[in-house]
Amino acid sequence: MEYFTQQLINGVTLGSIYGLIAIGYTMVYGIIGMINFAHGEIYMIGAFVSMITFLVLNMLGGIWLPFALIIALIMSMVFTSVWGWAVERVAYRPLRGSFRLAPLISAIGMSIFLQNLVQVLQGARVKPMQPLISGGFQLMENDGFTVIISYLQIFIIVLTVVLMTIFTLVINKTSLGRAQRATEQDSTMASLIGVNVDRTISLTFVMGAALAAVAGLMVTLYYGVIDFYIGFLAGMKAFTAAVLGGIGSLPGAMLGGLLIGLIEAFWSGYFTIEYKDVAVFSILVLVLIFRPTGLLGKPEIEKV
Amino acid sequence: MSTNNQTMNIPALLKEAGIAGLIAGALALPLAGFNTLSINGVLSAETRFDWVIIAAIVVAAGRFIISFGQGTFLPSAGEGIGQLSAVVGKAITKNRNMLLVILLICAIIFPFSPMANRHSLDLAVYVLIYVMLGWGLNIVVGLAGLLDLGYVAFYAVGAYSYALLATTYDLSFWICLPMAGIFAASFGIILGFPVLRLRGDYLAIVTLGFGEIIRVILLNWYDLTGGPDGISSIPKPSFFGMAVFSKIGKDGLPPFHELMGIEYSGLYKFIFFYFIIMILALITNAFTLRIRKLPIGRAWEALREDETACRSLGINPTNTKLSAFAIGAMFAGFAGSFFATRQGFISPESFTFIESAIILAIVVLGGMGSQVGVILASLVLVLGPELVRELAEFRMLAFGGVMVLIMVWKPKGLLSGREPTIRLHAKPEAGDVK
Repeated sequence: MEYFTQQLINGVTLGSIYGLIAIGYTMVYGIIGMINFAHGEIYMIGAFVSMITFLVLNMLGGIWLPFALIIALIMSMVFTSVWGWAVERVAYRPLRGSFRLAPLISAIGMSIFLQNLVQVLQGARVKPMQPLISGGFQLMENDGFTVIISYLQIFIIVLTVVLMTIFTLVINKTSLGRAQRATEQDSTMASLIGVNVDRTISLTFVMGAALAAVAGLMVTLYYGVIDFYIGFLAGMKAFTAAVLGGIGSLPGAMLGGLLIGLIEAFWSGYFTIEYKDVAVFSILVLVLIFRPTGLLGKPEIEKV
Repeated sequence: MSTNNQTMNIPALLKEAGIAGLIAGALALPLAGFNTLSINGVLSAETRFDWVIIAAIVVAAGRFIISFGQGTFLPSAGEGIGQLSAVVGKAITKNRNMLLVILLICAIIFPFSPMANRHSLDLAVYVLIYVMLGWGLNIVVGLAGLLDLGYVAFYAVGAYSYALLATTYDLSFWICLPMAGIFAASFGIILGFPVLRLRGDYLAIVTLGFGEIIRVILLNWYDLTGGPDGISSIPKPSFFGMAVFSKIGKDGLPPFHELMGIEYSGLYKFIFFYFIIMILALITNAFTLRIRKLPIGRAWEALREDETACRSLGINPTNTKLSAFAIGAMFAGFAGSFFATRQGFISPESFTFIESAIILAIVVLGGMGSQVGVILASLVLVLGPELVRELAEFRMLAFGGVMVLIMVWKPKGLLSGREPTIRLHAKPEAGDVK
């Protein structure tokens, strides 16, 4: 039971991170129907930006920790958003309305480009960072096994919940969210009634990138090591999460992320850690076979 | 184009360039502006702001030149290039068959020409492997329109089945080659059967996930595959069971030069490899060209264009897709076993996602469904980076950049040949009014 609880806590933490990345995939897929393959790389850039911010703050002298966290959060969100915007502007916008594979190939190219750009600029070695937040609450103890929820895990889960709430409000209550939903349903019609479609799509990328940046910050703090290659696997898993929850559906992405995190944590806890990625992808295959629309997705109507 | 008539507005252009420069600066600031150094396990950062300024200036200047050029010389230059390429294109289409024959003759003569040495033959074999993989994937992506991001999985299956059969059971290459193809095709069927009902993008992701699964299994199933150490000393093929390519005979077979009665040269082995992969590739090509004219090939092309219409015409989409998937996998299996015997050593390192991406890029950048485009794209994407090996770090950076640029510039690929093999009405001439 103690072991189970510990894995549950780890899984929820991991799931929060995947969920935040998955939102970027699901929003972009919903609005322009493409798999933004470079999104994993955007998350990787977010991790690097936050790591560099922490290092710079450290150089400037010790700053009160919550303050440093907020600065890093803002910095990584802002700079990563610019990257997200630029990627859309350069690699996807010229291809809108082109045949279906073109944006995907362009996205794969962009993903390779960004990965190698970071490798060239920051080196190929892994970047270890001193843990910033340590310690935690001891929840229960039994037979020498203690269940610990660390302050960092609390921080990650709380921050995810707060961001998700804000994000849901933005989508459901603001004019930007309305424009987004309108574009998602029918972009031609939306532009006819005065929605600036280009701007809405750009903002979608910006929002997705900002959330991915937060995920990057969390991973930097949680694992303490990052390298230029982390985006690929995390991106794959987050996409799996988006599909699992039903692509195009925002609560679905969060639910999918949570499930993927739990599956991964329990699989590595109870079975072999080497095959945890295989477990995740097998889940993806199974979901697609038995429920192609995902858990919360709407069935697609095929038109001739 | 109306851009010619527009008056130039230099201040507006400058403003635009300035904004582009600012954005480039903002992009570069966190990643290029600070260099992270790890000293004794402790990270520190040092500033490198000159890089940021250089990036901003380069982008601003580039943006200004492009937008300035668009108003002045670029449209006419573009028209010139367009006319030139149209003339060249027409000449090529007219003499297409002759050119292809010349190309083939060149490819056959090449190993006997003075240009042939170990290095150039090795490179040629390397490119030809990708040409073959490109042609194989073209059946799946170009003809049947199924987006396969995990093609490298079948390549890996082919390579490992040859390596394991040859090292464990001492079977010869010529027996293993068809077996590797059959194994890969069976894998294609096993994977394809459940997932081929899915729509394009989902299929892409499932195949991508499958490619990763295969790689992770190869990496962790230590007893069978040797894990990250891979399989080494994979035997080389014999000359059709008649001779071996070493200085002295082996296993009761005479050396090749004695069989032929010629001087010994280390080059024979490479020439032999060159011809094996060329013939394998040409078989793939001939198969594709032939099957396009058969009912099953036409069904693939029809399915690519409109699945719903196909279904209402009585074509079984799942079986049709499955056949394309399995045949594509089979050719990847052939190529894989050739790769294993050429390298003599394989490990999961050789079968990462990036390989799938390169093969898919070859197919799409070449122009989906175009067989000649595959050759062209292989030369650009495989030979190009090999020639600039010294710039190892920047190789993949440029590779990704080129992929994006070609897509943005020519979304349909270098040679856009996405045309049905048959059509109801005569094809309109290139110069006709649309």
